[in-house]
Amino acid sequence: MSQDFPFVGKFPLSDYIDAGLDWMTQAFSGVTRGISTVLGGGVETVVAVLSFPPPWVVILLIAALAWWIAGRRVGIGTAVGLLFLWNLQLWDATIETLTLVLFATAVAVILALPLGILGGLSDGFKRLIMPILDLMQTMPAFVYLIPAIPFFGLGQVSAMFATVIFSMPPAIRLTILGIRQVPGELVEASDAFGANWWQKLFKVQLPLAVPTIMAGINQTIMLALSMVVIAAMIGAGGLGSEVWRAIQRLQPGDGFEAGIAIVILAMILDRVTQRIGQQRKQQ
Amino acid sequence: MQPKIQVKNVTKIFGDHPEQAFELLEQGLGRKEIQQRTGQTVGIHDVNFDVDQGEILVVMGLSGCGKSTLIRCLNRLIEPSGGQVLIDGEDILQLSQKDLLERRRRKFGMVFQNFALFPHRSIVDNTAFGLEIRGTTRDERHGKALEALKLVGLDGWENAYPSQLSGGMQQRVGLARALAADPDILLMDEAFSALDPLIRRDMQNELLNLQARMKKTIVFITHDLDEALRLGDRIVLMKDGYVVQIGSPEEILSSPASRYVERFVEDVDKTQVLTAGAIMRDAPVLASPKDGPRTALRRMEQESFYCSFVVQRDGTLEGYIWADDAAEAIKRKEKTIEGLIQRDHQPVKPDEPISTLIQMLADTRIPVPVVDDQGRLVGTVVKSNVLAALADNQPDREGQEDDTADGEGGGDEKAPAESAAPAP
Repeated sequence: MSQDFPFVGKFPLSDYIDAGLDWMTQAFSGVTRGISTVLGGGVETVVAVLSFPPPWVVILLIAALAWWIAGRRVGIGTAVGLLFLWNLQLWDATIETLTLVLFATAVAVILALPLGILGGLSDGFKRLIMPILDLMQTMPAFVYLIPAIPFFGLGQVSAMFATVIFSMPPAIRLTILGIRQVPGELVEASDAFGANWWQKLFKVQLPLAVPTIMAGINQTIMLALSMVVIAAMIGAGGLGSEVWRAIQRLQPGDGFEAGIAIVILAMILDRVTQRIGQQRKQQ
Repeated sequence: MQPKIQVKNVTKIFGDHPEQAFELLEQGLGRKEIQQRTGQTVGIHDVNFDVDQGEILVVMGLSGCGKSTLIRCLNRLIEPSGGQVLIDGEDILQLSQKDLLERRRRKFGMVFQNFALFPHRSIVDNTAFGLEIRGTTRDERHGKALEALKLVGLDGWENAYPSQLSGGMQQRVGLARALAADPDILLMDEAFSALDPLIRRDMQNELLNLQARMKKTIVFITHDLDEALRLGDRIVLMKDGYVVQIGSPEEILSSPASRYVERFVEDVDKTQVLTAGAIMRDAPVLASPKDGPRTALRRMEQESFYCSFVVQRDGTLEGYIWADDAAEAIKRKEKTIEGLIQRDHQPVKPDEPISTLIQMLADTRIPVPVVDDQGRLVGTVVKSNVLAALADNQPDREGQEDDTADGEGGGDEKAPAESAAPAP
């Protein structure tokens, strides 16, 4: 066959990867089960808490928070948008998606910050991590769904795992960039006054990198939102599964309703997090 | 007394194989050849000097001469490749990282060319940075920071941010930041070079005023000879990583050690730099208030001078008398010259710049007397002294010096002085 490579057989890359993943599934089963319990429990609890009061209370609270962070226009826009979602009977799905996105983003940022700082301070580590980030970003997002299942089983934690991997790179990249953008003379000035490694990092480098890091976190949130929709295929629930259901039943109207809901959620998250970064910049 | 800073044989070579460069340096090869042969860059080579407690030492040279590298070797922002840097007798280069940080916190304050203020910190938090690094409590460091800001004339600005301040004000903050932790040593790297000329002059004066009160040991880097001459108690001149000459501003000006220094010095406005003390001569004629008019007149006749300064026995300048008045007094048979003494002279201190003297000499008919802090006459200046000093810069200065220094004693003073201010 034309597909066959001459003389030697196919390099069994997929076998190796499967074997590796199998081994990891076995070896880290304790860890993955622990993560599963903690995160799964966390997501469930938050969803339950947000679903308990009548929707208008939650909408009011979120809108107030948006107003406080990003001003009147964003606050009012948030209230209107969320009320519309409630009206479309997508409130429960929205809560679920929002919670997943925020959890995934939190985990991604917690992992990304130290990696980004290391990459910002060490040329060697940057050289090591950059190709890995390229790989993580160019790999089709669906591929992450497959190994997530043996690790964490079908459901929200698997969806979150895939989401974290897919959405983490911009946060790492922009943390690296932010740290490296700090003018050399400011680093030298802090050296001249006898600052040690930690003081330099926390008093000079990180504060000056905050606007750039926030831009990275904003992108991470946007990627997380898009991935959470895809992750509906492995049981993420929420707005993604509404879309998924519409595809399977060929109901374009329902599909667009859910799609518009995702757009509204994305706009709210984007405006609010962008503003956090800008506020720092204005100083 | 032990010098505050001793720099001994300090060499810095940039590159991965400094030992190769060292070898070639010993063979006497220059910077360029070493760069071509080994790829190593010689930053500074075999630099030696001391800085005394309370002194302003200016390191000057053109860009690329290694002066910025040198100042960074003093607090090891750049690690020297060889040599010793002794601060209070302790070799900074032998310190552990922890001790080095401690020394930087306690002994050094640094001011940077482009200010290097932290844009995310308020002025008071910028100023308090050194103290914060040391672990001082918030109240204490803010108190000291406010004091330092007051010292540089920025009280009231403590809650502003650097971007709200002009360049001159930003560098005042830079100076306050270096002073707030009360270090012994100030390292100033082209500190005023980014400021426009007027502000720059202000800052130089302010630094000198502050220094008069605080007596820090200051190492000041500049590429501007005028600035070096204004600020420096001593000047280290550098070229291509080597020290070319070390000396007081006047030594550098009056006896440049090489053609390089000479070229540097050529276009300096000497009137701002040379002082009365440097160009004055002994007074041509002296008299005492108890002298008789006849004695005084004879001395003036001997020196062919039309007036005489009158000093007390301890050297205190009393005034001067005219030869004509002495002659009149002889006719009136007066016993002493006390009644003849004129007191409208304007004495200057030895550190008065020539520029002021030129103005004074245009307005007066007598030589300008130079007195010390106790009011004792230490010398006089006439126009020819000023002209000689200014002409000293020309390539053919030997000839000119011969012209003006012709004859002995006060002889060289009288002729031009008379031409400038004819005797009554």
